[in-house]
Amino acid sequence: MPPVPKSDKPAKGEKKARAKAGEQTERAGKAPAAREATASFADVTSSDATLRRFLHGLPGVDTVGLEARAAALGTRSIKTTAKAYAIDLAISMIDLTTLEGADTAGKVRALGAKAVNPDPTDRTTPKTAAVCVYPDMVATAKEAVAGSGVKVASVATAFPAGRAALGVKLADTKDAVAAGADEIDMVIDRGAFLAGHYMKVYEEIRAVKEACGDARLKVIFETGELSTYDNIRRASWIGMIAGADFIKTSTGKVGVNATPANTLLMLEAVRDFRAQTGVQVGVKPAGGIRSTKDAIKFLVLVNETAGPDWLDNHWFRFGASSLLNDLLMQRQKLATGRYSGPDYVTVD
Amino acid sequence: MSESTEARLSVFKTYKLYVGGKFPRSESGRVYEVNDAKGNWLANAPLSSRKDARDAVVAARKAFGGWAGATAYLRGQILYRVAEMLEGRREQFVREVQDAEGLSKAKAAAVVDAAIDRWVWYAGWTDKIAQVAGGGNPVAGPFFNLSSPEPTGVVTIVAPQDSSFLGLVSVLAPVIATGNTAVVVAAEDRPLPALSLAEVLATSDVPGGVVNILSGRTAEIAAPLAAHQDVNAIDLAGADEQLAKELEVAAADNLKRVLRPQPVDWSADPGTSRLTAFLETKTVWHPTGSLGSGGSSY
Repeated sequence: MPPVPKSDKPAKGEKKARAKAGEQTERAGKAPAAREATASFADVTSSDATLRRFLHGLPGVDTVGLEARAAALGTRSIKTTAKAYAIDLAISMIDLTTLEGADTAGKVRALGAKAVNPDPTDRTTPKTAAVCVYPDMVATAKEAVAGSGVKVASVATAFPAGRAALGVKLADTKDAVAAGADEIDMVIDRGAFLAGHYMKVYEEIRAVKEACGDARLKVIFETGELSTYDNIRRASWIGMIAGADFIKTSTGKVGVNATPANTLLMLEAVRDFRAQTGVQVGVKPAGGIRSTKDAIKFLVLVNETAGPDWLDNHWFRFGASSLLNDLLMQRQKLATGRYSGPDYVTVD
Repeated sequence: MSESTEARLSVFKTYKLYVGGKFPRSESGRVYEVNDAKGNWLANAPLSSRKDARDAVVAARKAFGGWAGATAYLRGQILYRVAEMLEGRREQFVREVQDAEGLSKAKAAAVVDAAIDRWVWYAGWTDKIAQVAGGGNPVAGPFFNLSSPEPTGVVTIVAPQDSSFLGLVSVLAPVIATGNTAVVVAAEDRPLPALSLAEVLATSDVPGGVVNILSGRTAEIAAPLAAHQDVNAIDLAGADEQLAKELEVAAADNLKRVLRPQPVDWSADPGTSRLTAFLETKTVWHPTGSLGSGGSSY
């Protein structure tokens, strides 16, 4: 039985171990480490019963405490140079997303151009981390951002509902990877999760991870449908044990999307996971983050919970589309001293 | 006065800003003292910051589409409704104007009556200005050519400092009558009638955000508004010479339409100049088909 993860701050002695773990998990050496981590939970995942016992043995979430902490961290005042740094960091962490039924190749190309060069009037603006599209648009997106270093993420596995047979989900994933996707955003089977079939969820993530090959896998829990914070914590652990490179809050398609509280909870999970296994997992809140102020609140959460190691677009992302325009307007305000308006950023 | 009235606790009114149809305090949390013409303390008014100005512009921009798109007839009805509501609260405005401007009760009442009449007058103009400022143009070609006036957009109004109510109404009503949305910087030393007008606007079907009213130091609030890239025009009615120059320079950056301050007798017939100051002319050319030697083809 592996040790039960701690929900509170790590003890002092762990700092050194974490630093060491950080070295181990350098980007190149990530994949084997993740496999090792999965292997170290072999006894947990040996049967449905052991996995259930492990997940239900995770400490319960203190709802009031969690929300109070998230709210308290949201009150930090970030100004001037710190704000400029935060805005640039947030821009570099955006997965610029378009997931509409009405997406056209033209719209995806426009989005790609915006990701590569978010503010054409100011070339010092950082690129966004990635563009996020449906699988059939991957090739178009790949072409649009070619040579820029901007990654292409694709949702897969019957996004957003995830209600399809495993074979279909895997085919969906392979299709996106074959088209050149650098990252795959999968959704878990919430129905199975809520019915208590944790093993099914776990096996599915494993299978999709296999199908991803070299592409990084983001696992979407759709926290708005999981009902409780305890469930979010359990889902986070299933995802991490199964080898997710990122855990992501939501699809952006339901009423409740990323909130500071559920993101804080997931940040605690990745922090504890690294303390225990040495494997670093990224976090991506998605949906509902529209203003610079919100984005900066999330960055404060990251720094204060997971730590500065996660303040990098390799480990933390925002799934957003309208957020970028607000960040750009704030950036223009800092540069010129004048409030900018929506006429001075691209419409998407 | 009877004993029972003396025993009551006094109920002071908390004057607040009017932004996006809501009555927020200043984001800065600041207030300043407002005195009557004799220097006696009347109330505390919110001392707005540039962030309140920014929020007001966002609200005004959001409201613009709906207000500009509303039919002129509907806008007229809503403005008339404002006049009705003002009439109902006449006594309050008479008292506030009397305090603010140091007028006798009779003179203050005359000012308030004139202001209400002005609302009605501008309410009538909403569906008539298009005929005056637009129309068919004779052109040398087979085209049917029409010009129609369109609202400029978000207009910042630096309200007159002296005439806190009649002056305010005279600059605000023409701006919103034509379909613009407004961010008003109330008279610095006499903001109370403006802040009370907000309560009237909120209860007379004027959509939230169409009029936003800020009180505070004129120079402090007007500067970011003049430089704001999302404000389309600025009326400098209440700016002194020095401030007007600074604001005009700041406004030049995104080619804002600027109405310079000029000496105005607020009680005189205003004419249509303030209506047309914040209108853009849209001209449409429509082919009429070929005109052969026999004349029109239809």
